[in-house]
Amino acid sequence: MTDPVRPQAHAFRLNGVEALADAGGVLVLPGVSTLIVSDLHFEKGSAYAARGQLIPPYDTRSTLRRLAERIAHHRPQRVVALGDSFHDLGADGRMDAEDVAALQALVGSIADWVWIEGNHDPAPPPRFGGTILHELSIDALTLRHLPAEGAAPGEIAGHLHPCARVRGKGRSVRARCFATNGARLVMPAFGAFTGGLNVCDAAYDRCFGATPDALIMGTETVYPVAAAKLIPDRAQSRPKINAAR
Amino acid sequence: MSPVAAPPSLPPAFQAWFAARGWNVRPHQMAMVEAAARGEDALLIAPTGGGKTLGGFLPSLIELAALSETTPKQRPHRLHTLYISPLKALSVDVARNLTTPVSEMGLDLRIETRTGDTSPSKRQRQRASPPDILLTTPEQLALFCASPNISTFFADLRHIVIDEIHALAPQKRGDLLSLALSAISRWAPSARRVGLSATIRDEAELARWLAPQSPGGPERQAAIIRSAPGARPQVEILDPAERIPWAGHSARHAMGDVYQRIKAARLALVFVNTRSQAEFTFQELWRLNEDKLAIALHHGSLAPEQRRKVEAAMAAGKLDAVVCTSTLDLGIDWGDVDLVIQMGAPKGSSRLIQRLGRSNHQLDTPSRALLAPSNRFEHLECEAAREAVAANALDGEPLHAGALDVLAQHIMGRACGEPFMADALHDEIRTATPYAGLDRDTFDRVLDFAATGGYALNSYERFRRMVKSRDGLWSARTPQIAQRHRLNVGTIVEAPMLEVVVSSRGRGGQRLGQVEEYFIEQLAPGDTFLFAGQVLRFEAIEEMTARVTRSQDTTPKIPSYNGGKFPLSTYLAARVREIVQDASLWESLPGQVRDWLDIQRLRSALPRADGLLVETFPRAAHFYLVCYPFEGRLAHQTLGMLLTRRLERLRMRPMGFVANEYALAVWGLRDMSRLDLDALFAQDMLGDDLDSWLAESDLMKRTFRNCAIIAGLIERRFPGQEKSGRQITFSTDLIYNVLREHEPDHILLRAAWTDAGTGLLDIHRLGQALTRIQGHITHQALSRISPLAVPVMLEIGRESVRGEGQESILVDAADELIAEATRLD
Repeated sequence: MTDPVRPQAHAFRLNGVEALADAGGVLVLPGVSTLIVSDLHFEKGSAYAARGQLIPPYDTRSTLRRLAERIAHHRPQRVVALGDSFHDLGADGRMDAEDVAALQALVGSIADWVWIEGNHDPAPPPRFGGTILHELSIDALTLRHLPAEGAAPGEIAGHLHPCARVRGKGRSVRARCFATNGARLVMPAFGAFTGGLNVCDAAYDRCFGATPDALIMGTETVYPVAAAKLIPDRAQSRPKINAAR
Repeated sequence: MSPVAAPPSLPPAFQAWFAARGWNVRPHQMAMVEAAARGEDALLIAPTGGGKTLGGFLPSLIELAALSETTPKQRPHRLHTLYISPLKALSVDVARNLTTPVSEMGLDLRIETRTGDTSPSKRQRQRASPPDILLTTPEQLALFCASPNISTFFADLRHIVIDEIHALAPQKRGDLLSLALSAISRWAPSARRVGLSATIRDEAELARWLAPQSPGGPERQAAIIRSAPGARPQVEILDPAERIPWAGHSARHAMGDVYQRIKAARLALVFVNTRSQAEFTFQELWRLNEDKLAIALHHGSLAPEQRRKVEAAMAAGKLDAVVCTSTLDLGIDWGDVDLVIQMGAPKGSSRLIQRLGRSNHQLDTPSRALLAPSNRFEHLECEAAREAVAANALDGEPLHAGALDVLAQHIMGRACGEPFMADALHDEIRTATPYAGLDRDTFDRVLDFAATGGYALNSYERFRRMVKSRDGLWSARTPQIAQRHRLNVGTIVEAPMLEVVVSSRGRGGQRLGQVEEYFIEQLAPGDTFLFAGQVLRFEAIEEMTARVTRSQDTTPKIPSYNGGKFPLSTYLAARVREIVQDASLWESLPGQVRDWLDIQRLRSALPRADGLLVETFPRAAHFYLVCYPFEGRLAHQTLGMLLTRRLERLRMRPMGFVANEYALAVWGLRDMSRLDLDALFAQDMLGDDLDSWLAESDLMKRTFRNCAIIAGLIERRFPGQEKSGRQITFSTDLIYNVLREHEPDHILLRAAWTDAGTGLLDIHRLGQALTRIQGHITHQALSRISPLAVPVMLEIGRESVRGEGQESILVDAADELIAEATRLD
């Protein structure tokens, strides 16, 4: 078997603040011991099952395990879940008891756990602990779920599920990424069953004024790739993440 | 069985009809009538032109003629005979052919087709008032099974005729058909089954497949009825005037000779193996076409209306040649073909024999074929194929145990039709030969999968798709669930396709056909490519269409896309190995090919039939390892993946590999000549290495996606909403990862794993090869490249290097970024 994957992080400055984009999909602000994760979408699998597609019920478990690993690796004082942590308002009720216990234990192990409200979970369930906020400011940074249209220096948001595609010789590769222009950033979706919206989509233009650069998540490291190198997916109407609202 | 009065000879009306045509009823046709009289299932093997279709239908026509004589004029029609073929077009063609005897004998019969194209109103009418003979496809039968109150529809069915049975049986469509037949046989116990084919590798195997089995009882098989063999075909291999290329599949060097042969023939069919070859050959022939011959193009990606036009022109005798792919393989007779040309190697002897059958439909005169190999290795392969045809040695896939994803679809389908008891359904399913060995535990797991997803974490109880009533009857939970299932019936999972539309100045447009989405995704606007016989300029993608304009360029920038590559059959591969090792068999090869092998013998060694030749040599900055398993591209690709993993661990720093049908080349930064090759090629690579590779393999994910769609885990489409292929690919990758992490023995992963053994990964064949070569590896440490290595080395750069190291693309992009010193770093 191959060695266990040890994701490496890409260090950069976001609106002047020191930041680490971790290949596992979390953002770390070392100066304030904060780990940010976005769009966990717990219980997306069971939401599909309720509509007749019996896809595996293990997404919550899988997401939780990876999140626990990232937290154990970075040991932050504070964890911010940047919205859409729960796929829908019924997610709490569908969650398996074992996963409930695991999430409660994880939240309990962190001094300051913050749930930011998302459009999928305008009211995150209180039974897991943590503080529920609409948004949070840290130094020169503002953390919220929905990215603001127009200039918003210092904003860290989620919601869009950024993905980037790069063309190689005879084929292309597509992967989740952090979308940033150095002043603001959109987090990749962390949930096991979350899809992605290509950063060449017009939705990013509205936030960044142009296609942003991508910090692409590889299996072991993060690849910074300039906007000029990124290509769109084939044209398609707005993907499911917005349709499902 | 209710025995029908056995006609010792044909009824008078039929005798008169044969006589009027100047025909005698053939012995095998009479044997079919007698088998029917005994109520036996029968497999008829007759060459094309041998009156096979009539043999299949004669018993039905005789019975129906008797029926219409003894009943009043306005008799109620009941479904009497069901005909199933793999192609819609074949059903239509057979319906047309049947009308001749029916109308000439003045029989009062209703013959209708039912395919995916049949309108909903006609379907409803057929349900209420069935024809005597219904011609249809396996998917339509699966839909019948998933319809409520269907058993009475089949109650009077007497004959089930399955055409081109050899093409259906080895596929998942064959599994689906076999399961549908098991249900129909319950509803129509007196219906007998008839199989028709011209090319069967293993008659007994197919005869067993055809017959219903009795669980626990002795194995049953249909009676085998053979016609007298036709004249042996004459197969010639082109010895071109030009130099034979070392590699490539264009056969450009042979075009002049091929054109002359076309000119000399009345109507030539020019078969190629891929759509890109079809496009290329068509373009090249027209470049040479000084005589303005009517040469047309026919392949599966062209718009149906374009194909219909070509078929009509063929039938009307207006064409001199048609360049075509396997779309014209099966038994539709569009015209008076007198020459079959195969461009490139035929890859399998059965395919070649099938294609030969397209020419000259008189049994007693031989059909003529010309093979035009496109490179030196293909000369060997064509030689092997010619010998196989001479010996009438057929190859083909062996039949396999029924696929579990298809079973899941069938079980769900049965629950959407008439409710069933689990015990009874398990018995019924085991009458289908591919599922005869289905154990109860597996059946129960698949049933649970169809009902709840079958997860160990038993959390979907309230979302189940199937429910069991208090008296044990299973049915779909809601009519909506049943309706959604019906929209997803079938086992053909197409690669996502885009329509190609030509427009001038971005407006309007003519539809040319469809291409795979992945091909278009590689193009940048402005790139030119060959399609539908024209050089097209890619402009943009809009929704589900690729917008293109006509280009003035004569050579397209993007040469080809790989549609429909066949792997080299195991049978031909073995024959090629024998030819290569034995110089006494080279006599019929062209001088150029003999010289090439001679130099190989001097410079290195000839691969031995029972062993493996491995060559190592340095070249430029890299070290190469080339081996010659002759097991086909798919198995070689899998071997390449596994070898590079091992070489990585041995710190050989492998950089990449490329495979063709005969050989595999791996290159890296370290000299591999001192490695223990027996250990490197040891069979245990199919253990952990394979396992860890499969965890992330694209091909495995694609295999899983197909299983997930067939099994109904995800849907092809919702009512009124076509799901784009891209979304399915994306979400099944995630599902695969999560399922593999949490429930690696889930029934659907088991289904995907089984497919991987024979499908895109060809693990099964690789395993056999590794066993064969154990202890028989010959190593040649060379100072430079050998003649035999040239073809595969030439593929480097031509083929996109398959490797799972997708991230190298990201490394490159990131490196360039750093070089450009952009604002991020």
